[in-house]
Amino acid sequence: MTPGRRKAGGTLTRTRARAGDAASAAEVPSDVRKRLWWVLGLLALTVLLSACSGYKPQNTFDPAGQPAQEQKNLLVPVLWIAAGVFVIVEGGILLISIRYRHRKGRERIPKQIHGNTRLEIGWTIAPALILAVIMVPTVSMIWQLAAVPANAMHVTVQGYQWWWGFQYTDEDMRTAFGDHGPITVADVLVVPAGREVELSLASEGGGAHTTDGIPDHMVIHSFWAPRLFGKQDVVPGRTNHITFSTDQPGVYWGQCAEFCGLQHGRMRFRIAVLDAQRWDAWVKNEKLPGVTPTDTLAKEGMNLFLNGVSSGGQCIACHAVGGTAASATAAPNLTHFAARTHECFAGCDFETFLPDGSPNYAALTAWLQDPNAVKLGAKMPDYDLTPPEIDALMAYLYSLT
Amino acid sequence: MATATVPTRRGGILRRPTATTGFWSWFTTIDHKKIGILYGVTAFTFFIVGGLEALIIRAQLARPDQTLVNAAQYNQIFTMHGLTMIFLFVMPMSAAFFNYLIPLMIGARDVAFPRLNAFSYWVFLMGGLFLYSSWFLGGAPNGGWFGYAPNSTTDPTPGMTFYALGLLITGIASSAGAINLAVTIVNMRAPGMTLFRMPVFVWMGLVVQFLLAFSLPIITVALFEMLFDRRWDTAFFDPTRGGDPILWQHLFWLFGHPEVYILILPAFGIFSEVLPVFSRKPLFGYQFVVFSGIAIGFIGFGVWVHHMYAAGLGPVANTAFGISTAIIAIPTGVKIFNWMATMQGGDLHFDTPMLYSVGGVAMFVIGGLSGVTHSVVPSDYQQTDTYYVVAHFHYVLFGGAVFGLFAGMYYWWPKVFGFRLGEGLGKLQFWLMIIGFNLTFGPMHILGLEGMIRREYTYPAALGLAFWNEVASAGAFLIAISVLVFIINAVRARVRHRPLETDDPWDARTLEWTTSCPPPAYNFETIPVVHTLDEFWHRKYAEDKEGRLVRVPAGASDDAPAPAVGHAIHMPSPSFWPLVAALGLPTLAYGAMYSWWIVGLGALIVVVAFTGWALEPGTAE
Repeated sequence: MTPGRRKAGGTLTRTRARAGDAASAAEVPSDVRKRLWWVLGLLALTVLLSACSGYKPQNTFDPAGQPAQEQKNLLVPVLWIAAGVFVIVEGGILLISIRYRHRKGRERIPKQIHGNTRLEIGWTIAPALILAVIMVPTVSMIWQLAAVPANAMHVTVQGYQWWWGFQYTDEDMRTAFGDHGPITVADVLVVPAGREVELSLASEGGGAHTTDGIPDHMVIHSFWAPRLFGKQDVVPGRTNHITFSTDQPGVYWGQCAEFCGLQHGRMRFRIAVLDAQRWDAWVKNEKLPGVTPTDTLAKEGMNLFLNGVSSGGQCIACHAVGGTAASATAAPNLTHFAARTHECFAGCDFETFLPDGSPNYAALTAWLQDPNAVKLGAKMPDYDLTPPEIDALMAYLYSLT
Repeated sequence: MATATVPTRRGGILRRPTATTGFWSWFTTIDHKKIGILYGVTAFTFFIVGGLEALIIRAQLARPDQTLVNAAQYNQIFTMHGLTMIFLFVMPMSAAFFNYLIPLMIGARDVAFPRLNAFSYWVFLMGGLFLYSSWFLGGAPNGGWFGYAPNSTTDPTPGMTFYALGLLITGIASSAGAINLAVTIVNMRAPGMTLFRMPVFVWMGLVVQFLLAFSLPIITVALFEMLFDRRWDTAFFDPTRGGDPILWQHLFWLFGHPEVYILILPAFGIFSEVLPVFSRKPLFGYQFVVFSGIAIGFIGFGVWVHHMYAAGLGPVANTAFGISTAIIAIPTGVKIFNWMATMQGGDLHFDTPMLYSVGGVAMFVIGGLSGVTHSVVPSDYQQTDTYYVVAHFHYVLFGGAVFGLFAGMYYWWPKVFGFRLGEGLGKLQFWLMIIGFNLTFGPMHILGLEGMIRREYTYPAALGLAFWNEVASAGAFLIAISVLVFIINAVRARVRHRPLETDDPWDARTLEWTTSCPPPAYNFETIPVVHTLDEFWHRKYAEDKEGRLVRVPAGASDDAPAPAVGHAIHMPSPSFWPLVAALGLPTLAYGAMYSWWIVGLGALIVVVAFTGWALEPGTAE
């Protein structure tokens, strides 16, 4: 908007301009056209920029399994239809705005048209038809996703504030120690490639405290791994289900998608999809109890873990390690804390291993020292651990392969 | 009505205040125009506050792993941003327009219940201040504007108790206002102003008041249950004691979705007024625009489960509500096509109100299209609770509603204050706004599809979301600059105070422009008699022998204003009881949080105020 134009077309002079004699002007003036090119150029640049971007681990447009692939396939044509409507409507608004804009000195009172019933019926029916076309595959897929496959593997997903636990509830997934409970892991869900997995979602609260035996902080979460499946809420008192599968081994990212309190933004998880060979090895290992260390420092750590630290704090008030006296369920099960698949801990906030595969002592030290300093509101208490205690506990945890 | 004779009493404690000008008159005014201005100024102030909260949000999210605010602060800020923009800005700003304009547009001297009107305003203000006092009393609400239980009912900070009580208070304001305006529209139209001669803005106002009247009771129930769960340990939403968290979701969204239309329909009304005036054509398909607005109001009560697809209600519910969500797009589309047809063939004057209206329609179209994708339930499992939804509803509520409100402010500013806002600064402000708006919310579509969830206070760099977040944050600051330009424009126009050359600066079509700018306290010297839709336009223009439209010479019309009789028009006197009664409500609310003694005090204030209200004389004389 150049100052000259503004003055000429300004409102204060408009009433007077209207009284002036009519002049004819038909074609789109060059400055309007120039502005249009600018807008189009910017749009093209935007599309270009979004096209050349790197790997995004939660990109719903980069599906790697079902139903994420089908969900994308359903959305893409809808987006194309929307793009078509967008071009027609916005283009229409733009063209009308340019074509019929008031021109200085050309005074006219346009024809006073009050409406047209046929047009009204037309633009009521046309969108209705488009929407009907969209709804047919939509409804059929709603029912398709609600169906439960016959021979899926069953896993119960447990939402805590703010981390995820996983229990493998099938008969062949019982552990080989104690009372032969289900394999239980935290933070990383491990599944075999090529197999349907049916998740049952349960909200379990979190923290060591209970009221009348019921864990506190039972809130709604939502379980979502964008490249594998859309989200389902984890609602206290209900059990929702997700069925998914993928043929592509790899690690997929996910996180809680329903606001669940202070650290909702850092309630993450990963899904490790293993090929048949690695899967068998993983299951075999997970069925074993926690390793009893031989290293002196790790032995000291095990002692602290099971019998309490110098401040009187008890790790086993919340944590479990299979095959030991530790069997609490309020916090992540640590039986195989240092298994290679357990890539991340504390709501997948921290990497368990450094890129070279060595233990990530720095992150675990910070976490053990003062959980609230690195994750405000974390339910893990600060037990005033001394540096030697932290070293011993870390040696023990990293011995739990 | 104002001229009704009421037994009067002189003097005594119940004597009514008389001042209609000066600082203190603002506290006792019951003039719908002054109350409208109070609503507007207050709402705009909250807009600034909510905007600053948005800037903190965007600064925090500009880059991955930022620590500008921590999780606790962020959760309070995003919750208060939502509450402020919805309950303390868009709703009361719409109320400002309704209050000021509806009586003028239907040819009335005031609303049906002027003191109740003042009460609504003061209660709204008290509700807003009560909510904001939470920052100093242990923490602001931190469970999101949607306040999902049991997170909201078990959170240890007092924030969500402020939420429940604060929204109950503002709900009282909205309920009283809704009844008042609905009665005004139904009963107080000028002679000849049949329902189908009402401006579309008034129609949308009527629909909104009905939406409020029917949806607010639902949220009131939910808020009381939340309050009881939090404060007195009931178990409405606690599944371990027989409650159900999904109950909250049903109650909240059965209110929450009509609420969306409560926020957007006023803007639709404004578009429907501004587009014809600046196209110099009547609104295309008036009846269709009106009926589609009514249809939206009805269907708006039948789509709430599309907020809950992922909650696990099952395929039957998801199918039904997917279809209803698709259906509501139809009447919305009808409106857009009619607005386009209104512009088609017109003589379009792109003054700032028109820019904001055309821009608003264009932006709303984008929000409408992304809304249609929400009816595609299986793919919505991917988009729900991501930034895609944040993008969607900001295109609807910012691109639609806020652009509409700005259009309305530029359009009616001369009506309300007697001088225009600057056109140059106005256009600059519009272009800054629309560019900043698209930079902020456009990229959020992409962010959501790339897996960025809502309400997270930070995100790791590994997600690859940094670039678009940076763009969005830059855009947010552009919006802030635009709002700053608006404030400069308003101040500059006030300082210059160039009087209008005419009381009809836009060559408008509706009754509010037949009176002076600003209007006298009694609005009209004589109550206008209405013969047609767009009455004022038809007084100015008539067809000549060849069927062409020509301007009727001033004074030639039959409806030329009668001689001034303003001094003889009797208007109700100011009253301070609405303010006193309103003060009782936050007192009750603080009492519910802290002590039964304070509850007693609040109850006493309310009882005394309503007694005084009932017994005070009808006039000051």
